[in-house]
Amino acid sequence: MNSVFDMAGFGFILLGLFFDLVGCLGLVRLPDVYNRLQAATKCVTLGTCSILFGTFLVLGPTAAGLKCLLCIVFVILTAPVAAHAIARGGHRAGIRLWEKSVVDRYAEDKEGEA
Amino acid sequence: MKTLSWLIGAVVVVGLIALIIFVEDEFPSYLGAGKGFVYRAIYILILASVLCLFRVAFGPTAADRIVATDIFGILVVGFCAVVSVATGRSWYIDVGIAWALQSFIGALALSKYLEGKAFDE
Repeated sequence: MNSVFDMAGFGFILLGLFFDLVGCLGLVRLPDVYNRLQAATKCVTLGTCSILFGTFLVLGPTAAGLKCLLCIVFVILTAPVAAHAIARGGHRAGIRLWEKSVVDRYAEDKEGEA
Repeated sequence: MKTLSWLIGAVVVVGLIALIIFVEDEFPSYLGAGKGFVYRAIYILILASVLCLFRVAFGPTAADRIVATDIFGILVVGFCAVVSVATGRSWYIDVGIAWALQSFIGALALSKYLEGKAFDE
């Protein structure tokens, strides 16, 4: 395998590791369900897609590498849908926001409906 | 007290990362250069997974646990990709695709259960 693609792939894997670690740190440190969801979903989706793209660069255009590209498309399509469903379900189940939050548009919309 | 606990947590996380990066270990070298890097990448992903499992264990509400389970599922996909690079076996990526599918469906079902409605509504 070409060495330039190996080095580029390892660089992408390193970037993805950084984003994964920062996302999980935000999952532990932030004060609220919605803040944790925001940080973790964005960072971990970008980090995992970066790791998969680096794996594609290392493996080359073989069957496994093309399956990595397929997996990138799948993760990008499904992770925001799952995050939106969890946030909507949590808000409808009555989980409160952090006490320093300034605005809650979804509660205002639900008051308008009722 | 809060500052002290924050400081202890920061020291533990930074110490674990430094231990992972700077430890000298015997890695198998049957695939050439970059093997030590890939094995350290696996260790860092295991550290991130442990942080996720902390939130699963100590989450105050049910939504915290569901979020952490979903994030853990996405982490395992990257873990499978790195393991596939490390061992040279390509079927780990199939495991990653299947795990992503199951994690997505599980998160949707658990969020509908949290919302308190039937599935066909």
